[in-house]
Amino acid sequence: MTKTPKVSLRGLYKIFGADDQAALEHVKAGLSKDDLLAQHKHVLGLQDINVDMQAGEITVVMGLSGSGKSTLIRHLNRLIEPTAGEILVDGEDVRKLSEDGLREIRQTRMSMVFQKFALLPHRTVKQNAAMSLKVRGMDEATQDAEAMKWLERVGLGGYENHYPAQLSGGMQQRVGIARALTANTDIMLMDEAFSALDPLIRTDMQNLLLELQDELHKSIVFITHDLDEALKLADHLVILKDGAVVQQGEPQGILLNPADPYIEDFVSDINRARVLRVQSVMQPITGTEFAGDVDIRDNLESLIGRSEGDTTLHYRVTENGEPVGELNMRDLVKALVPRLSSTKS
Amino acid sequence: MAFYDGLFKTFGMSNWCGEKSSDAPMSMADLLAKSSGKEAEGEFFPFPSLDNLSESCSSIIQSRDVTKGIENGFLAAKPALKNVLDPITQPLSWMLDGALWLFASTPWFIMVPILVAISWFASKSKPVTIFVLISIMLLGLVDHYDVAMQTLSIIFVCTSISVMLGVPVGIAMSKSDRLQRSVVPILDLLQTLPTFVYLIPLIFLFSVTESKLYGIAIILYAIVPVIRLTDLGIRLVDKDVIEAANAFGMTSRQRLTGVELPLALPNIMAGINQTIMMSLAMVVIASLVSAPGLGVNVLRGIRNLELGVGIVAGIGIVLLAVILDRVSKAALSRVDMTHMKH
Ligand SMILES: Nc1ncnc2c1ncn2[C@@H]1O[C@H](COP(=O)(O)OP(=O)(O)OP(=O)(O)O)[C@@H](O)[C@H]1O
Ligand SMILES: [Mg+2]
Repeated sequence: MTKTPKVSLRGLYKIFGADDQAALEHVKAGLSKDDLLAQHKHVLGLQDINVDMQAGEITVVMGLSGSGKSTLIRHLNRLIEPTAGEILVDGEDVRKLSEDGLREIRQTRMSMVFQKFALLPHRTVKQNAAMSLKVRGMDEATQDAEAMKWLERVGLGGYENHYPAQLSGGMQQRVGIARALTANTDIMLMDEAFSALDPLIRTDMQNLLLELQDELHKSIVFITHDLDEALKLADHLVILKDGAVVQQGEPQGILLNPADPYIEDFVSDINRARVLRVQSVMQPITGTEFAGDVDIRDNLESLIGRSEGDTTLHYRVTENGEPVGELNMRDLVKALVPRLSSTKS
Repeated sequence: MAFYDGLFKTFGMSNWCGEKSSDAPMSMADLLAKSSGKEAEGEFFPFPSLDNLSESCSSIIQSRDVTKGIENGFLAAKPALKNVLDPITQPLSWMLDGALWLFASTPWFIMVPILVAISWFASKSKPVTIFVLISIMLLGLVDHYDVAMQTLSIIFVCTSISVMLGVPVGIAMSKSDRLQRSVVPILDLLQTLPTFVYLIPLIFLFSVTESKLYGIAIILYAIVPVIRLTDLGIRLVDKDVIEAANAFGMTSRQRLTGVELPLALPNIMAGINQTIMMSLAMVVIASLVSAPGLGVNVLRGIRNLELGVGIVAGIGIVLLAVILDRVSKAALSRVDMTHMKH
């Protein structure tokens, strides 16, 4: 890989408790999370995390409740101090920053969106959106113009003089996103940003995020406990369990080749047809007769609709109009069966 | 023959105890017994108190030596304490005297409109403002306007100082668990000490003619709620919002003035309301140490058994209390940080 990652975590450990360094030795010697808590009264937050997050990509960190997702994302801007390891942002170790340097990086390089919105209740929507610029001491005119620009962009034009409590949850989170965008940082950290919203609003917000990302190409770190959401957004998927990374990589690959039973469980009850794309199941071109052309980014569900369930058909796969492979409906159907059920039967 | 003679003998301490000299000062019990004409008659089994023990052994001090010792200790420390405290607290005297003079020398036809206007701007409530006007008029009608203004001016000064000192202390406490742990017992002490007990050491330190004597007593008593509620208010600010402030790189000063204080304001205001009410309670008691105002009339009612004087002054105090409470509560309820109601 030639790209240097935007953010990389190297051997990151976090242990909550008074004597974390001593506890670290036990963990490195192989003590499990439960034993550490039982024997030493320390909580293992993260262990040996090594993740590269590329510029311009959405890196999704997924795991069950308590798996350490929030702990991980809070290390990137050092809201939580690590016990050991390196946190490199553009190659610079965040741990070595002075207090001023840290504040500088929080103001100009990373912004954050929170699960519970965390807006200032006593400030208007516009003042909330302008918060990061006010912190940096920009003049009022710039603050106003930037805040208005991003509020319009997230669809909140006309609400700038409302207070957060007067808005619905979805609208409040739009303010949260506008606040992060106004900061104009390369990196955006989103901790379960859509988890508090109802399903329909949530889909809207996911689409908004993807739209913005198409335009802005930020480096986004997105936390979620929802696999559908993860698969929809992720360029790179990291799966956490008990504070450790169990598998990471390109999401379709993880879906097709889950590395351990924990992930198999995770992926067993999602709608694979909607998530998997032609790209993941296509073969090199061998035949000459095709029922038609399909795009490499199409999902399998749309193809099943097109073929009306006929498994004997073959389609030609194209990318930007060029033929790049072929898709056999038989392979498609096989891909829909999770490995778990095939090994059981 | 005293009860505990045998005890000291069996332990062979007679020497240490010394000769039982008859010119040792008599204990309080002896004195009382003597004056009532009877020889002190030993109880069957007296409590081993200092007085009873010292009857058998004159080397043991008597209880009155303890109180005497405390008094002497205090007197010995007094010059040093006074040297430090006097200059620091002197401005308080000036402020109190100044406020008393200002409230007294402003003619009533200017003062009353000012007070009514303040009530209006603080409460924005017609009933409250009208109530304030009627109450002051009633007080004036029975010739209690002057004393009521004296009380009010003292409350004004003491509350202002309590807020100016209490809010920063509360902020510091909210930032440091250690400071909080050490200050809370002091606040508990200040709040539970009977109010008269404050006055005793203060009378020793300052002369009764100085206004700061009662000023300090009132402030010590009334400052507690504003400190407590500032600390509490800041600690109760939503942790998520604080985290957002940090994540966007606010300095601790920006966070304090832009997030913590505004969001703690309803609690701080509740603390100020209590501080005002407690100043009023204390200013009445402080009339014992020459604080002017309505309390003086209450005191006169008690001392001279002038029932009417005492009761009218008492009603005046109640009126003032209701005014101050209503106005500050109405101001508090107007503080709506989250703007839920629009
Ligand atoms: N300040 C703390 N002190 C002690 N333990 C903590 C602290 N913060 C988190 N933990 C522990 O670390 C583990 C990971 O917590 P974290 O909040 O990162 O989980 P999460 O994956 O974000 O879960 P959720 O989906 O519920 O938000 C949990 O076991 C939690 O109890
Ligand atoms: Mg979390």
